[in-house]
Order: sequence, then C-alpha cells, then structure tokens
Amino acid sequence: MCLAIPTKIIERQELMATVEIGGVTRRISLMLLPEARVGDFVLTHAGFAIQAVDGEEAEKTLALWRELAEDDR
Amino acid sequence: MTGRTTDESRRLAKRLAEEISRLAVRPIRLMEVCGSHTVAIFKAGLRQLLPAQVELVSGPGCPVCVTPNEYLDTAVAYSRQPGVIIATFGDMLRVPGSSSSLAAAKMAGADIRIIYSPLESLDIAAANPTKTVIFLAVGFETTAPTAAATILAAEQAGLANWFALSAHKLVPPALRALLEAGGTRIDGLILPGHVSAVIGEAPYRFLAEEYRMPAVIAGFEPLEILQAVHSLARWLRLGEPRLANQYRRVVKPEGNPVARAVLGRVYGEADAAWRGLGVIPASGLVVRKEYQRFDARRKIPVEPEAAREPDGCRCGEVLRGMISPEACLLFRQACRPENPVGSCMVSAEGACAAWYKYGSGRWQG
Ligand code: SF4
Repeated sequence: MCLAIPTKIIERQELMATVEIGGVTRRISLMLLPEARVGDFVLTHAGFAIQAVDGEEAEKTLALWRELAEDDR
Repeated sequence: MTGRTTDESRRLAKRLAEEISRLAVRPIRLMEVCGSHTVAIFKAGLRQLLPAQVELVSGPGCPVCVTPNEYLDTAVAYSRQPGVIIATFGDMLRVPGSSSSLAAAKMAGADIRIIYSPLESLDIAAANPTKTVIFLAVGFETTAPTAAATILAAEQAGLANWFALSAHKLVPPALRALLEAGGTRIDGLILPGHVSAVIGEAPYRFLAEEYRMPAVIAGFEPLEILQAVHSLARWLRLGEPRLANQYRRVVKPEGNPVARAVLGRVYGEADAAWRGLGVIPASGLVVRKEYQRFDARRKIPVEPEAAREPDGCRCGEVLRGMISPEACLLFRQACRPENPVGSCMVSAEGACAAWYKYGSGRWQG
C-alpha cells in the first residue's frame, strides 16, 4: 500500500503536474512537494509527489553494484 | 534500476548471499517491517537464496492487515446508510469485517467507489452534492500526508458533503511496542523505504540507542534488500547496532518536511488499536479540532456491529513475526486468497497472501 513509483514531471500548472511513467501520463498533485520542477523525477504515491528522486544517489547505488560485480570476476 | 543485465544481478546476488553466509556465524532473525518488502522478497525468491541460518520474518507493515475489524465494521455500516458514497483504495474492499466486507456490501447495493488518489473523492463529492461522500483514510506515514492534503483541499473547495474516516497509523511507535513486548526474537530490522521518504531517519534512532537493534532503511530492488541483510549481518557480527539509510535516492535524512508539516497541521497523534498488537500509545492520527467538520466519526452518527475477530485466524501473531503463516491451521485450507478468513490473506502485501502465492518462488534476478 505504501508503494510509490518514480515518475518524471513533464508539465506543471501551479500545484498540479503531469507526470510520465512508462509512456503513460498522469495528473498528480505537488501539494507535498511544491519545489518540484519540470524535468524532475519524483516519487509518486496515491496521486501525490511525495519525494524527489536524487539522480546522483541513484548513480552511486549503481556504481557500488558495478564495483561488487567487478570484484567478482 | 537500469544498467544491469540479469546475469550481472544474479552474480551480485550470489556474491552477497555468500558474504552473508560467511558473516552469519549464528542464526539470525531479521524482520522486514514493510509489506512491499515482503512481496519483493518473495517475488525474487530471496528466502531460498539466503543461507539457512538467516531467517526473514514479516512484520506489521501492511496497513490493511493491521486495521482492526471495528474500523471495517464502521465503514460497512456507513456504506449501508442511504445517500452515502464510500470512496476507498482498492485494497480495503475484500477485507473481511466481523460479518461483511465492503465488497459484499457493494454487491448488496452500497455505492462504493475505488479511487487511486484521495483527491478523486473530492471530485466525487463535487459531482454528487446531494450525497455524503466518506473517504476511507487508511495507511502509514507514506499515505497519511496525502489524506491530510486532501482535507486541506476539501476546505479550500468549500465541500460540505465530504468526510474522512481516518485510521492512519505510525510505524516507529509500532516498532517500539513490538520490541517492548519482546518474544519476537528479532536481531535486526529492514525499515520501510517509502514511509521513511516522508519521516526521514531521526524517528528510528531509538532502535539502536535504546534497544541495541540494528536497522537499515532499504529500497525495494532485490539487490537492495540483500545489501540491507548484508549490513545487518555484518553489524551483528561486530556487535555494533547501527542505523543506516541505504535508500538515499529517495530517503533524505530529514524526510519530506512539507509533507510532515501538512500532516501535523491536519492530524494530531493519538493512541490507536492495531490488529495483533493491541492499543499502542501515540501510534495513530486523529483529525485536529480545526478540521473536525471533515471527520466522519464526529459528524455522522453510525452504529457498527460489535466487532469480532475470525475464529482460528492467527494474523495477529503473523504481524508480530511470532509465527509464519504456515503455522496457522487455516492456511491454504479454509483461508485462501479467493476466500480469505483474515486480513493477512487479503492484501497483496499481507504475509499470508505472499506466502500462499510465492511460497516456493525461486530467485529470478
Ligand atoms: S492464513 Fe488466514 S486465517 Fe491464518 S493467520 Fe493468515 S489470514 Fe489468518
């Protein structure tokens, strides 16, 4: 029930935004994440953006895994 | 996560599992608190991948599962009142109350609408001015701010026929109650990622500080869960209880301050009843005085039937990690997903349902 999915903001009017997820668009509220901007990836839950997704941190996770995979060779 | 092939994932997973096996020199029991983690663990077959001495047990992190019958009975009673429309997330529909579920009430003619966002319930209220719309506000800290924001939006829209029936719950007080009660023999906790996206890290500090319980805020990818298990195994080996945030791409140390402020504006903390855990101090949310005109319980009289828990259902013990679903005599017999006896079999995130569906699942990368 707490599942939230990363979506990309493609349009914004005041506190509503259009987000894209796997080619489908959806309208969500930015009431809980008012600083979000077009182009941002945001975590969406029950029709609200609840947190920003940090691309740099996502990269770090990937890098860590790559490192682990390299070690294994 | 992209950028990895299935082979790479498999290799990584195997490697992590080997490391975990090396680190776990004695049996360890770890609880995944969140129902979404339970599902991810089963889907990926992580239980089969982990060494025998590492046991993963499911916890109380399934909002539908911990909602007591009294709440469902109240919702069903409302749904039978003339002129009432119930707006609810789909998960609540099939949960058995004392004698009826919402799904059964709907079959019998009640107007029950499934919504994806709480905001949709406002549209329903606006489109049906002669009706009373009651939104079933259930969920943890991930969902509660969306309900709070919806109450603010209802106020702004000047809706007089929209109400919330609130049963929101807070995760950290439940963890404290679980550890206080003892008997669960848990050595470490995998903490819910999306609850944490809202509340941040601080509310979990007491785990290590007061209970010497190591804990990791984890993402939902199989590798992230294995990484969490790996860290927990390591700290247990070292005897160093720590709190770590391994889901930094969405969990900021401070959480989401706007969401927390909206939540705090609309709701205050109160004692709340949890299925299986009883009444836990300050573990629930009640609508504050300023917004009481939207509080269904205060504004719309209702007489639910006397709540009764289903005979033989051990959901309460499952939610505390005391037993696995297979220990319940009804599991797979009288209790199945298509005919659930208890709430742990209804929700896709319930431990009984996951156990039933994926019990023999294998690692799929
Ligand atoms: S299997 Fe069914 S009856 Fe048994 S504990 Fe789980 S939900 Fe309850």
